[in-house]
Amino acid sequence: MDIFGIPVQVLFGQLLIGLINGSFYAVLSLGLAVIFGLLNIINFTHGAQYMMGAFVAWMMLNYLGVNYWFALVLAPLVVGAFGMLAERLMLARLYKLDHLYGLLLTFGLALIIQGLFRNYYGISGLPYTIPPALSGGQNLGFMFLPNYRAWVIVVSVVVCFGTWFMIEKTKLGAYLRAATENPELVGAFGINVPRMVTLTYGFGAALAGLAGVLAAPIYSVNPNMGADLIILVFAVVVIGGMGSIIGAILTGFGLGIIEGLTRVVYPEGSSVVIFVIMAIVLLVKPEGLFGRQA
Amino acid sequence: MTMTTDNDTGATPVTTTAQRTGTPRHHLILFTLLLALLVVLPWLVYPVFAMKVMCFALFACAFNLLLGFGGLLSFGHAAFFGSASYVAAHAAKVWGLTPELSILSGTAVAAALGLLIGALSIRRQGIYFAMVTLAFAQMVYFFALQAEFTGGEDGIQSVPRNALFGIFSLADNMALYWLVLVITFGGILFLYRVTHSPFGHVLKAIRQNEARAVSLGYNVNRYKLTVFVISATFAGLAGATKSQVFQLASLTDVHWSMSGEVVLMTLLGGMGTIFGPIVGAAIIVTMQNYLAGFGAWVTVIQGVIFVIGVLLFREGIVGILAKWFKKPL
Repeated sequence: MDIFGIPVQVLFGQLLIGLINGSFYAVLSLGLAVIFGLLNIINFTHGAQYMMGAFVAWMMLNYLGVNYWFALVLAPLVVGAFGMLAERLMLARLYKLDHLYGLLLTFGLALIIQGLFRNYYGISGLPYTIPPALSGGQNLGFMFLPNYRAWVIVVSVVVCFGTWFMIEKTKLGAYLRAATENPELVGAFGINVPRMVTLTYGFGAALAGLAGVLAAPIYSVNPNMGADLIILVFAVVVIGGMGSIIGAILTGFGLGIIEGLTRVVYPEGSSVVIFVIMAIVLLVKPEGLFGRQA
Repeated sequence: MTMTTDNDTGATPVTTTAQRTGTPRHHLILFTLLLALLVVLPWLVYPVFAMKVMCFALFACAFNLLLGFGGLLSFGHAAFFGSASYVAAHAAKVWGLTPELSILSGTAVAAALGLLIGALSIRRQGIYFAMVTLAFAQMVYFFALQAEFTGGEDGIQSVPRNALFGIFSLADNMALYWLVLVITFGGILFLYRVTHSPFGHVLKAIRQNEARAVSLGYNVNRYKLTVFVISATFAGLAGATKSQVFQLASLTDVHWSMSGEVVLMTLLGGMGTIFGPIVGAAIIVTMQNYLAGFGAWVTVIQGVIFVIGVLLFREGIVGILAKWFKKPL
């Protein structure tokens, strides 16, 4: 069976890969959006924190015998705790300065983390096996759907929706949004804004860590896994616009799918299609698809 | 958006005299000293190393024009440095052009690319601007990875050193050294003139208060685009020259870590200072050369310098010196 001359298995296979990549784009750009919302900092360490999530899961399995399911909870906590430490010790000193310094600091941090992991683990990549409960797959008739990949998509959608709900619909989210508008006023109401900032950064970093654990069985675990991905996620962020949580989620999934479809039609273009879209969006709507007016 | 260094405000009276009398005398002295140092340098260190330092110094100065004077943090300057290096290498190797024409064609391509990327990037400000330039640079990187003429992972190797103007042989390192000296020192002087021209003063005004510059009637976007193109052009000049020195153009030149490196050089030396990028480039290149055996530790050390630089001395080395001497350096 063909659609536009393309075998249907190939089409759906690439769509699935696109959806998987899109899940990672969505969770990562969501984490960036959460951190940006309250700290006004583009977290360049995000890619390194994603890589840390994968590595912590790998270390837990290989050194401590902790399985995937515990790692799924513990690794994001470890990465989040690390993030909070970095925020308290370093980022907190920069809030009064130009936001560009935050970008430069997190860039430096990313270099340190990636360099350290490269020293100890090389760049060849380490395997992480799919947990037994999620191995195998479903035959859908027109294509074969590996269980683990379906699981990644489900987890990403749940996490994205949960984060959106927390920020847009709960009281805690209301405090957060208020604090981004006017930290002094919110502080005057007796809310500890610095602690909220630290926790938010930790939460954003934990999201990156979670994406890393999810990625570990799909891609090989290696120190550079976040370095190139983060730039793609930046492009996603520019396209979606930083103003909205929902924008980060929808553009993340959408661009992943577009990238997958491009791989079917014109494989050479798949690595740049997101950047091309970014250029077009900048021409037509510089503030991004879901962004507020700059 | 202001990335103001303290010497801006601290040294206002000195700058006013500078404007009245043209080039301040201490700048003249320092440039003369720098030239003297560059003339004797090839007898002190290996000439190829000295040429590498000069190319990166020009690259950092071009970047600093944009960040330190224009207030625009580009995280994608490797795109200009790298594409010029590829084009110059290709021109020399495949088209058999003379060095000056190879370097010029590389520079011209960087200028055109700068116009294109600049026109799109200046539509966003601040950190968005940084992300957009980074993303475009990544696009150039993928192009270099996949295009036929760039040689993919191998790059363009063993680029011939043709005769200058078709007459003077550059096969000898010392002969090439004088050409590189003229190009980079001339380039740095030109960039210095730009910052001290009326155009440079408008740039300063835009960086300090964009809204006010707009209300004074300046076409801010045109100024930003112009400074972006000048910066891209000279970054390209540096990259094209580098490909002649090393007889190589490779993916390293166009990778985003190269963009990070030039930010680091400028930050370490002192952004918005005149001699800072030169000092920063010299330190970073020296460090990479002598620590090359330590592998990924070099990245870690660079990261640590970044973090310490941002947290503790944002003025950079030359910025701090300028504060001590109470003169803009």
